Amino acid sequence: MVTRTEDLIPHRSPLLAFIARWLLTTNHKEIGTLYLWLSFTLFFIAGAMAMVIRLELFQPGIQFVQPLFYNQMVTMHGLIMVFGVVMPAFVGLANWQIPMMIGAPDMALPRLNNFSFWILPFAFTLLLSSLFMEGGAPNFGWTFYAPLSTTYGPPSTDFFIIGVHMMGISSVLGAINIMVTIFNLRTPGMTLMKMPLFVWTWLITAFLLIMVMPVLAGAVTMVLTDRHFDTSFFSAAGGGDPVFFQHVFWFFGHPEVYILILPGFGIASQIIPTFARKKLFGYHSMVYATASIAILSFIVWGHHMFTSGMPLMGELFFMYATMLIAVPTGVKVFNWVATMWRGSLTFETPMLFALGFVILFTIGGLSGLMLALVPADFQYHDTFFVVAHFHYVLYPGAIFGTMAAVYYWLPKWTGHMYDERLGKIHFWTAVIAVNLTFFPMHFSGLAGMPRRIVDYSPQFVDFNMVSSIGSGLLGLSQVLFLYIVIKTIRGGEPASTRVWEGAEGLEWTVPSPAPLHTFETPPPFPPVMESDVNE
Amino acid sequence: MSPISSRLKNGLILSVLWGFSHTAFAAAYDLREGVTEMSRRIQGLHHLSLGVCVVVGVIVFGVMFYSIFAHRRSRHPKSADFHESMAVELVWTVIPILILVGMAIPATTALIDIEDNSDADLTILITASQWKWHYQYIEADIGYYSNLATPTAQINNLEPKGEYYLLEVDNPLVLPTNKKARFLMTSNDVIHSWWVPDFAVKQDAIPGFINEAWTRVTKPGLYRGQCAELCGKDHAYMPIVVEVRPEAEFDKWIDDQRLARELASGQAVADREKEWTMAELMPIGEQVFLSNCATCHEPDGLGQGTTYPALAGGEIAIGPLEVHLDRVMNGKADTEMQAWAPQLSDRELAAVITYERNAWGNITADVVQPRTIYAAR
Repeated sequence: MVTRTEDLIPHRSPLLAFIARWLLTTNHKEIGTLYLWLSFTLFFIAGAMAMVIRLELFQPGIQFVQPLFYNQMVTMHGLIMVFGVVMPAFVGLANWQIPMMIGAPDMALPRLNNFSFWILPFAFTLLLSSLFMEGGAPNFGWTFYAPLSTTYGPPSTDFFIIGVHMMGISSVLGAINIMVTIFNLRTPGMTLMKMPLFVWTWLITAFLLIMVMPVLAGAVTMVLTDRHFDTSFFSAAGGGDPVFFQHVFWFFGHPEVYILILPGFGIASQIIPTFARKKLFGYHSMVYATASIAILSFIVWGHHMFTSGMPLMGELFFMYATMLIAVPTGVKVFNWVATMWRGSLTFETPMLFALGFVILFTIGGLSGLMLALVPADFQYHDTFFVVAHFHYVLYPGAIFGTMAAVYYWLPKWTGHMYDERLGKIHFWTAVIAVNLTFFPMHFSGLAGMPRRIVDYSPQFVDFNMVSSIGSGLLGLSQVLFLYIVIKTIRGGEPASTRVWEGAEGLEWTVPSPAPLHTFETPPPFPPVMESDVNE
Repeated sequence: MSPISSRLKNGLILSVLWGFSHTAFAAAYDLREGVTEMSRRIQGLHHLSLGVCVVVGVIVFGVMFYSIFAHRRSRHPKSADFHESMAVELVWTVIPILILVGMAIPATTALIDIEDNSDADLTILITASQWKWHYQYIEADIGYYSNLATPTAQINNLEPKGEYYLLEVDNPLVLPTNKKARFLMTSNDVIHSWWVPDFAVKQDAIPGFINEAWTRVTKPGLYRGQCAELCGKDHAYMPIVVEVRPEAEFDKWIDDQRLARELASGQAVADREKEWTMAELMPIGEQVFLSNCATCHEPDGLGQGTTYPALAGGEIAIGPLEVHLDRVMNGKADTEMQAWAPQLSDRELAAVITYERNAWGNITADVVQPRTIYAAR
């Protein structure tokens, strides 16, 4: 007999019951929902900060914000987007989907799951509260290079450090939970090499998380002791080295950027076969390519530091290692294309976002290859070319990936079909706006505009105006997304069990909406798919 | 075909695919060619890698778009059932590796040449601090600061912006043509990065460490760049201007600098002997304040919160003179308040301290003499 949280909550005031339900829940679907709403909320907060940045950069000169506040916006935008939007969104998707995709009743460690989530609102409240402190919020960029963050950091840096520690604990606990779930709770018959790719990519991501989040924790702890306890890890005056900070940070930071993209690869690998009505071309090579990317991510961190005075041998090693990443990444892209080849393609919103993901992520990947060439990197480094590059991999990668996943699984979660017409409008607005915002940044970077500057020479004004206009449109398009999601939750055409004609996998064998508790006994695998279609 | 679209097409084809950058279109969208052998080689590398990326993109997206068109359900209702092919996987693993090797070879040879800092004709120590550069000619023993020259009024949109808005300085770095100039870079506070795109030199200036870079410029002219590493509040206001002069003119410039230094030391002696009045010091002080202090403490002396404290009615500006002198001359450790004694003359320091103690309603009536500063050094 399973004891359920909802049975434990006394039915007194509805408000109390509501709070208790969400505060005490150990259900993977409810916790997934909490993660996704937190991510969505922070997406609008960090997006508003991007709007401030783009508003100020619309023209040369100081118009709206002072330089110090601008630097705070740059820093908080990056930190919140990375740690508050993309990571919680992926954990939310993992919570909802992994148990349903492997035929498990819940996550393996439900109470830990609740704890992992509830750390986060406090961590981000702490981080955001620094905006209202004397001296302002952290202003040294999300990379918090020493000594700008140590000796010269504002007092709120300590709140940032504790906030990062809390996010790190949450991520590690979440990753452990996902690993334990995947290794122990798969339905009989689902061997590792039969797992859906979303599960595979998340398993590999979880390994990356438990390996690098402690490294980040070490970095922020050393910043803390340099600031307050007279250590000199990053201060040459005391025998330390500011560049050592960069090594530690990027040893975390490069695997981190793959943490932000691998689940997106998994999502695209679920969606493209569904709407091509054809099996993924190379399942095995997709798994091996993901693992190769993850392993290579540990030996390329130096490519963020080519201008820091690295010796020739170091530069060559990191250049070659970085170029190698293009190989498994290419394998993935070619596989998606081969999956589409001679399929029977339809273009519902999830497919549109998945295709947007593949194309635009590939553009970002190709500019990454250009950045790997050390001599050329001397020109690109720390310019808007880099800003263009990583926004191309992160926005169409992580964000479009998440949106594709939400459209794909929302009918399963809510039991309603979303509004297809609005979904398509959302996609086309977002895809035009993303390119309008980020493509001109390649050119402003090549022309010589450094990143993270509040004011610039008038020669860059045309590109910046286009970027700013694009970003406004991009911001508006996400308000439409919010509307579509709320509308779908409140009602809509009922979704069938399988939802999509070509969908394969255990999650499409449970009713829509998925009941709170699914798979209390392990389902048969391979699943028996209903062929009822929602049309 | 209309002229614009034909220019667009020419520009795209020429610049993107074959790397010619002669059309006006290409120049605005291309990595600049620059004026050194290295900058040209790097531009060539950029064209090569961009060309590879464009070709790969065109092929991959071409196949994809063809599939989107031809294999959509209305044209292709029954999907094929093929998957897993070792041969295909091998092909699309091996071909990229070969392309990568083709790109790595020129990148490696260029990098080896870039990292060869030997046999320099002259050496310049570049010391960064928030938010200015200091250039020290090691052999000639000449040194000076280089500050942003754009007036605050332009930044605050009170005046029209000049042609070189934010890319102009009071004292540019001067280099001779055709000589290998070696740069040693370090910093006094946070990490900065010295970047002149036309030379393709970008190197971090790191406190406590010395980095190396070099350039050899063939063409006289003014070349402009900026600090490339986020270095605090005024990161956007830390430009670099390099003036490259023919060798003979450069030598003359060095001689002029030596002469100017001697004149300045004579002027310093005269300043110490003279008894200055408040009326003389205040306008000099105001000028010094506006060009050095106002970026943090604001022209009205009201500062910005607790990070950059107010001087109007400020504890130090109306407190004991010795404390004020010490703060301005020696700075405050581990903050953006730097030591000004090495950066300003006795007269300038005397004037700015006098100004701070008697402006914005501060009424100490103190008049600081240059000789007091000299004695305090």
